[in-house]
Amino acid sequence: MDKREKLLEILSPVLAVVAAFLVGGIFILIIGQNPLFIYGKLFSGTLGNPYGIAQVLFKATPLIFTGLAVAFAFRAGLFNIGAQGQLYMGAFLTAYLGFTLVNLPGFILIPLCILGGMIGGALWAAIPGILKAKRGAHEVITTIMMNFIALALTNYLVARHFHAPETVHTQAIAFSARIPRLSTIFPGLSGSPLNYSIFLALLACFIIYYILWKTSLGYELRAVGLNPFAAEYGGINIARSTILAMAISGALAGLVGVNYVMGYKYYFEQGFSGGVGFMGIAVALLGRNNPIGVILAALLFGLLSFGGLVINAYVPKELVDILQAIVIIFVIASSRPFREYLMRLKKRTLARGEQG
Amino acid sequence: MVREIAIEMRGITKRFPRVVANDNVDFGVYKGEIHALVGENGAGKSTLMKILYGLYQKDSGQIFIRGREMDISSPSVAISQGIGMVHQHFMLIPPLTVAENVVLGQEPRKGKIFNDTKKAIQDVERLSKKYGLKVDAQAKVQDLSVGLEQRVEIIKVLYRGAEILILDEPTAVLTPQEVEELFNIMRSLKEEGKTIIFITHKLKEVMEISDWVTVMRDGKVAGIVETKKTTKEELAKMMVGREVLLRVEKNPPQIRGVVLEVKDLEAVNDRGLSALRGVSFKIRAGEILGIAGVEGNGQTELIEALTGLRRLIRGKVTLWGKDITNASARKILESRIAHIPEDRHKRGLILDYSVENNLILGSHYRPPMTKGPRLNFKKISENALELIKRFDIRPADKEIQVNSLSGGNQQKTIVARELSRHPQLLIASQPTRGVDIGAIEFIHRKILEERDKGEAVLLVSAELSEVMSLSDRILVMYEGKIVGEVEPKKTSESDLGLMMAGAKSSDQVIRQSGDREFPDTPIS
Ligand SMILES: Nc1ncnc2c1ncn2[C@@H]1O[C@H](COP(=O)(O)OP(=O)(O)OP(=O)(O)O)[C@@H](O)[C@H]1O
Ligand SMILES: [Mg+2]
Repeated sequence: MDKREKLLEILSPVLAVVAAFLVGGIFILIIGQNPLFIYGKLFSGTLGNPYGIAQVLFKATPLIFTGLAVAFAFRAGLFNIGAQGQLYMGAFLTAYLGFTLVNLPGFILIPLCILGGMIGGALWAAIPGILKAKRGAHEVITTIMMNFIALALTNYLVARHFHAPETVHTQAIAFSARIPRLSTIFPGLSGSPLNYSIFLALLACFIIYYILWKTSLGYELRAVGLNPFAAEYGGINIARSTILAMAISGALAGLVGVNYVMGYKYYFEQGFSGGVGFMGIAVALLGRNNPIGVILAALLFGLLSFGGLVINAYVPKELVDILQAIVIIFVIASSRPFREYLMRLKKRTLARGEQG
Repeated sequence: MVREIAIEMRGITKRFPRVVANDNVDFGVYKGEIHALVGENGAGKSTLMKILYGLYQKDSGQIFIRGREMDISSPSVAISQGIGMVHQHFMLIPPLTVAENVVLGQEPRKGKIFNDTKKAIQDVERLSKKYGLKVDAQAKVQDLSVGLEQRVEIIKVLYRGAEILILDEPTAVLTPQEVEELFNIMRSLKEEGKTIIFITHKLKEVMEISDWVTVMRDGKVAGIVETKKTTKEELAKMMVGREVLLRVEKNPPQIRGVVLEVKDLEAVNDRGLSALRGVSFKIRAGEILGIAGVEGNGQTELIEALTGLRRLIRGKVTLWGKDITNASARKILESRIAHIPEDRHKRGLILDYSVENNLILGSHYRPPMTKGPRLNFKKISENALELIKRFDIRPADKEIQVNSLSGGNQQKTIVARELSRHPQLLIASQPTRGVDIGAIEFIHRKILEERDKGEAVLLVSAELSEVMSLSDRILVMYEGKIVGEVEPKKTSESDLGLMMAGAKSSDQVIRQSGDREFPDTPIS
C-alpha cells in the first residue's frame, strides 16, 4: 500500500460518515424538520456539556470491547459474529463471582470478576474456534448458534436460579466488586454511570495493538488471516492460532460485563446488552479493524446512540437508527474492494467521455 | 511483397505511481505473423498489451489498427476491432459448460428471450474443429485441465471474431506436451491469416514458433529482430543487457552420506484419491536429485509430505537416520529442511506482508528474530538488509509489500529466505516458474552453490531442461510411483519425456541407449 492508498484508507471512513450525515439530513427534511437545527441539537446535547460527553463515553465503552473483539478476530481471518453470546456468558460469570464471593476484599474481587468475564467470553468463543480448527465448521454459523444458546442459557440461569425476587435480574454484586464512577472525582459528570471501565477499554486497545503488531504471536495470527496456506508452510499451527484468536476475541467481548455489571447496574439482567455485540461488527468495520479506528468508531456510535435520546423530542428516535444504518452502508461502500471497483468504472466512463 | 500491417503502436508511454511501465514504446506487427514479445519481469510487456486491449489507458502515444488510428478506450472497442486477449489467469466460470462459457455475454438467441443452446454448441464445435482445438463443447469447465481451459479461452476470443490474438504467457502453466499442442493450434491460426502476439520467458519457444521478436527492457524497446536471423544468446543479451549463461556450468558432485531416505510413502491428494503409491528413494549430501514427471503425478503430494504439509498414510521418512515421518512443518523447518514451494503466491509468500516480514517466515517465533514474546525489529531489519543485498532483490526496500514486486523478485525473496536457513536439505519445487532468464540463471547458480557446499538438493520441475541441466540423478515419477532412475548425461530429453508419459521404463532406456552419447537422438 503506498502513501496515497493509506491516506485514502483513513480518509474514506471519514468521508463515509460525512456522506451519511448528508443523506440523514434528507430524511430529517422529509420529516419536516430543519437538519441544521437537529444536528445542532445532536452535537450540543452530546458534546456540548460534560454530562453529554460522559454519556457518549459510557455508551462507547461496551462498543470498544465488542468492536475490538470483532476486529481482532478479523485480523486473524475469523468472522466472529458471536460477540453477543460471548458477552452474555462473560457478564454472567462476572456477576456470579461478584455476588457469590462477597467476603473477598475489593483488590482481589475486582480483578477476579474482570478475569471471570474474560474467561466466560473466551471459553464460549473457543468452542466455535475448536469446531472450526478440528472439524472445519464455519465460525459464522457456529457463533450465531452460540449466541442463541448463550441468551437462552443466561435467561434460564437468571430466571430459575439466581434472580432477585420479582425481577429479571440477579441479586446485586458485593460492594467490594463495584467499580467507581468517574463522577466521584469529577462532580460535573454526576448522573452519568461512566466508570473506570473506559480506561480498561482503552488499555485493551493498546494491548491488542501491541499483540498484533509487536509480538510474534501477532505475526502468526495476522499471517493466518492473510494467507493460511503460507502460514502453514511457515510452520504456524493453524488450529492453535484459530482457537487462540477466538478465545482472545471472546475474552474482549466478555469484558462488556465489567462496564454494565460492575460499573453501572451492579447486577446481571436478562438481555441487558441490546445489540452491543452486533454493533461491534459495525464498529470494527468502520474502524477498519484497527484498535485506534475502533475507539473512534465506538465514539461515533456512542454519540449517535446517546444523541438519539437528545433529539428524541424533535424527531422520532428511529431517525438515529436510520442514521447509524446509513453510516454502516456508506462505510461498506467506501471499503477498499468496493473503491477499486468504482475506480475501474470511473476510468471507463472517463475514457468514453474523451472519445465522444 | 508489401505486407499488411495489423497493428502499430507509436510512442506509447504509461506511468504508474512508482514506475514508468512503458516509455515511448514503438511496437508493430504484420498481419498473419506470430510476433513474440519478450523481456525481463517488469519490463512492461503485459502493460503494453493491456493498453492495446483497452484495459489500461495510455498516457501518450498513438495506436493504429490496420492503418487507422484508433482510441481503444475499453476492451469492447478492442473486441470490435478484432483484438482478443488471453490472460495468464483465466476468466472462466467453472460450473458452466465450455459452450456456455464461450458464448457468455453474446449468447445466440432463439426468439427474444431464450438462449439457443444448440447453436452455441454447434458454433463452438465448428471453431474447435477448424483450428484443431479438440475441446468437448458440453464438458463442464471445472472438469478440464489447465491446458484445455486455455483452449476454451482461445475459442472464446475467436468466437468474438478476433483477427489479432494476444497470448500473455500462455505456456507458463502448460506441460511440455501441452505446449506442443498449443503451438500446433497457433500454427493453424496463422495459416488462417490470424495475427498472434505471444508473450513468453522461454527463448526456446520464441525460436520455435515466432516470426519476429520484440524485446523490451525497463519499459523501453531494446530491439526488434527477425527470429531466423537471431539466436537465443543474442535475445538473452538484449533482454538483460549483459551476457547470460544459458547453460549451467557444473562441477562434478562431491557426494557424501545419505541425508534423506524415504521408504514406501503413501498419501492421498486433496480429493482423497491415492497420490503416492509406495515411493522410495535416497538423497545424499552434495548431490542434486531431480524428479521429473508430468504435473499431477504425485510430485506435489510428495513434497508436501516431506515438508509436514500433508499426512502420510504409510511409509517412513528419515533424516540422517532420524525418523521424521509426519513431523510438523515447524519440526521440519527446525531440522533445517528448506523448501521453495511450487506456488509462490499460495504457499511461499504472504503478499500483504513487507519483504522483511516475509524474510522471517518460519523463523519469526524464536531468537534472534524475537526477544521474549516480542519481535526483534532490529534483527529483522538487519536480516532483510543483508538478504536483499546478497540476493539482489529489487527494489532494495525492506518495507515494500511483496505484492508490488515483480514475479522474479518475489521468487528471489523466497530463495533468499530458504537459503538463509542454512539447510542441510533443500527442496526446490518449480524454482524458476514464471521468472525471467536473468533470475533463472541466478537461482540456478544459487542451487548449485548449495550443492557444492555439501547440501542435499531435491529438485522438482516440470521444465525438462531444468531438471536435465541441474540434476546429478533423475527419478521419473508417474502415477504416484517412481518408474525409473536415469543419469542426465546418458539420457535424451525425448526419452525422459517418454518415461514421464509412462511409456518406457528406465531399463529400456538404458538398455537401448547403452553408452551412446546424447543429447537428443530419438529412439524409435
Ligand atoms: N496496475 C499497476 N499499478 C502499479 N504498477 C504497475 C501496475 N501494473 C504494472 N505495474 C508496474 O509496471 C511495470 C511493468 O509491469 P508489467 O506487468 O507490464 O511487466 P511484464 O513485462 O509483464 O512482467 P512479467 O514478465 O513479470 O509479467 C512493473 O514495474 C510493475 O510493477
Ligand atoms: Mg506480464
